[in-house]
Amino acid sequence: MDEIFGIPAPLLFGQLLLGLINGAFYAMLSLGLAVIFGLLNIVNMAHGAQFMMGAFAAWMLLAWGGIGYWWALLLAPIIVGITGVILEKLFISRLYKLDHLYGLLLTFGLALIIEGVFRNEFGSSGLPYRIPPELSGAWDLGFMFMPVYRGWVVVAALVLCITTWLLIEKTRLGAYLRAATENAALVQAFGVNVPRMVTLTYGAGVALAAVGGVLAAPIYSVNPQMGSNLIIVVFAVVVIGGMGSILGSILTGFALGIVEGLTKVFWPEASATVIFVIMAIVLLARPAGLFGRK
Amino acid sequence: MTLTRRGFVAASVGTTLMPALPRLSRAQAANTIRIGVLNDQSGSYRDISGPYGIQCTQQAVQEFGNKGFNVEVVTADHQNKPDVGANIARQWYDQGVDLIIDVPTSSVGLAVNNVAKEKNKPYINTGSATSDLTGAQCTPVTVHWMYDTYMLAKSTGGAMVKAGGDSWFFITADYAFGHALERDTTNFVKAAGGKVLGSVKYPFPSTTDFSSFLLQARSSRPKVIGLANAGADTINSIKQAAEFGLMKSGTKLAALLMFLPDVHALGLETAQGLVLTESFYWDLNDRTRAVTERLKPRLKDVKPNMASIANYSCTLHYLKAVADMGVVAAKGSGVDVVNRMKAMPTDDDAFGPGKIREDGRKLCPSYLFEVKTPAESKAPWDYYKLLQTTPADEAFRPLKEGGCSLVKA
Repeated sequence: MDEIFGIPAPLLFGQLLLGLINGAFYAMLSLGLAVIFGLLNIVNMAHGAQFMMGAFAAWMLLAWGGIGYWWALLLAPIIVGITGVILEKLFISRLYKLDHLYGLLLTFGLALIIEGVFRNEFGSSGLPYRIPPELSGAWDLGFMFMPVYRGWVVVAALVLCITTWLLIEKTRLGAYLRAATENAALVQAFGVNVPRMVTLTYGAGVALAAVGGVLAAPIYSVNPQMGSNLIIVVFAVVVIGGMGSILGSILTGFALGIVEGLTKVFWPEASATVIFVIMAIVLLARPAGLFGRK
Repeated sequence: MTLTRRGFVAASVGTTLMPALPRLSRAQAANTIRIGVLNDQSGSYRDISGPYGIQCTQQAVQEFGNKGFNVEVVTADHQNKPDVGANIARQWYDQGVDLIIDVPTSSVGLAVNNVAKEKNKPYINTGSATSDLTGAQCTPVTVHWMYDTYMLAKSTGGAMVKAGGDSWFFITADYAFGHALERDTTNFVKAAGGKVLGSVKYPFPSTTDFSSFLLQARSSRPKVIGLANAGADTINSIKQAAEFGLMKSGTKLAALLMFLPDVHALGLETAQGLVLTESFYWDLNDRTRAVTERLKPRLKDVKPNMASIANYSCTLHYLKAVADMGVVAAKGSGVDVVNRMKAMPTDDDAFGPGKIREDGRKLCPSYLFEVKTPAESKAPWDYYKLLQTTPADEAFRPLKEGGCSLVKA
């Protein structure tokens, strides 16, 4: 099996692996979106900007505070998560009673403002962020050259996704959260502080985006547009997986990463479009998404 | 005030497409030359010109002084979208803007080119690279300033082949600019006896991960991977090529278009050793250092590159032509202004003496630079070593080969 569909097999395996790595980013971002939508009913258009803020937070910690990658991986999500909590308290919490469209417009506006501020401050060509020395270098897998850092991204994303899923589906806290989305008044009557829980959930969803940003910083150029390029694709992932379905968004994220990776080999010009074609087909066949319940 | 949906749509379209121009009285308008700087102020090409290009234009206006008429600079963001760019250009020309300059992103640059021709208004492109602006799509009102894909391909591509890089694979941005750069470089590689093993065209501007394309390139084992892209795409390509160990395995990267701010963003650690072509470097000679020094209050910590400073250079030359022929005549016909500009020699601190050819090509030398190592760099923005200079009359495509209809056989 030297060739598959006219493509040398090693090349194809390499592409599958790369697709998986990009899928890891899609999964991480769509997971945060799904958590926020599932529990708050807010379509968080600011997610890409918050992903970008995560990357910038890592850069600032290093450039201004001398704090390296590993601490940034912990601190940047906390910092960005706190900004998310503030946003929720100040703006988003006022919109829960209104139609989804208002939340979408508000967060979209916030995303444009945040990106504009960063662009004004840091320009558009981006800032360098180096791969931490522990993770630099590469493995020779025979069929491809696999940078250690990319392997780490896949592992980190998997751990993060599984932990979040377990937290929501299998723990008491998760049960509260799910109950609150079904009937907030009743859960509140049992003595649970629902508004605070919702605020913290938004903060956690934002923190997930920021983790993605920190992981992306050494691979991509840290620039203000880095999130807006990704967010549209991630939204398509969420729609394909089923709005609000946590497991759906994780699986779809990885799967679409692979589909996109293969498209880059067979028809590179279409690689930016393929996900939207799939989205259209899925919406026609299963309007609630692959894993959505309706 | 209630906002209807239709009103909202109309308002938002209006604000993006119609940059409000300050109103002038009729007498003022007749004696005011308006220069429109149309460029990318929010996307991946912003740092190459964007706000810096505007500052350089204003510097030229300031240095030109008052020669009996007023000069006003207006600006807009074309968002790298041909339809947005063409709309702004049309409205500007209709509202009395006398000249449009800059216009990066070749697809937008070509769209505005058509508008300028239709309106008979002068258009100096400093931002787009496609050599078609002075070739198949040349117009009598268009001037293309300091570079194009042919000049980049000849200087960088030619040097790489000469250094032994005789087999190429291209990673190309899938739009007018990428295609032109790949085409022009391919011609040089083949003419020098090299061969092109393949190419992959990726969607622009939505691609951020280049690893897949780099891997495809690597599997055909070329000696050189040609990056027919620009801005953030080039930065990401080089960053990821380093990550995948491409340079260590002996494959050379040819960044066919790279500007000084790209090198700044990459950092010398990653960028060292790359060769690239520009027609301006701030630390090239006494004149370039002098103009950089004068620009310092405007650009602060940033040094000009060939794209941003081209706005300075072309604005000066245009204003000289206007002063020479009078405001009324200059406003009357784009063809007349551009013919006057072609008749006058160009000379300024940024590009030195030169001229504009009949196909609209401005001639200036091209310089092949190598990016310094971190140890060689003594100060911020001290990035380039000069490898070779191609004189102005050899740097660009010969007049006869472009297929421009203005050139008489």
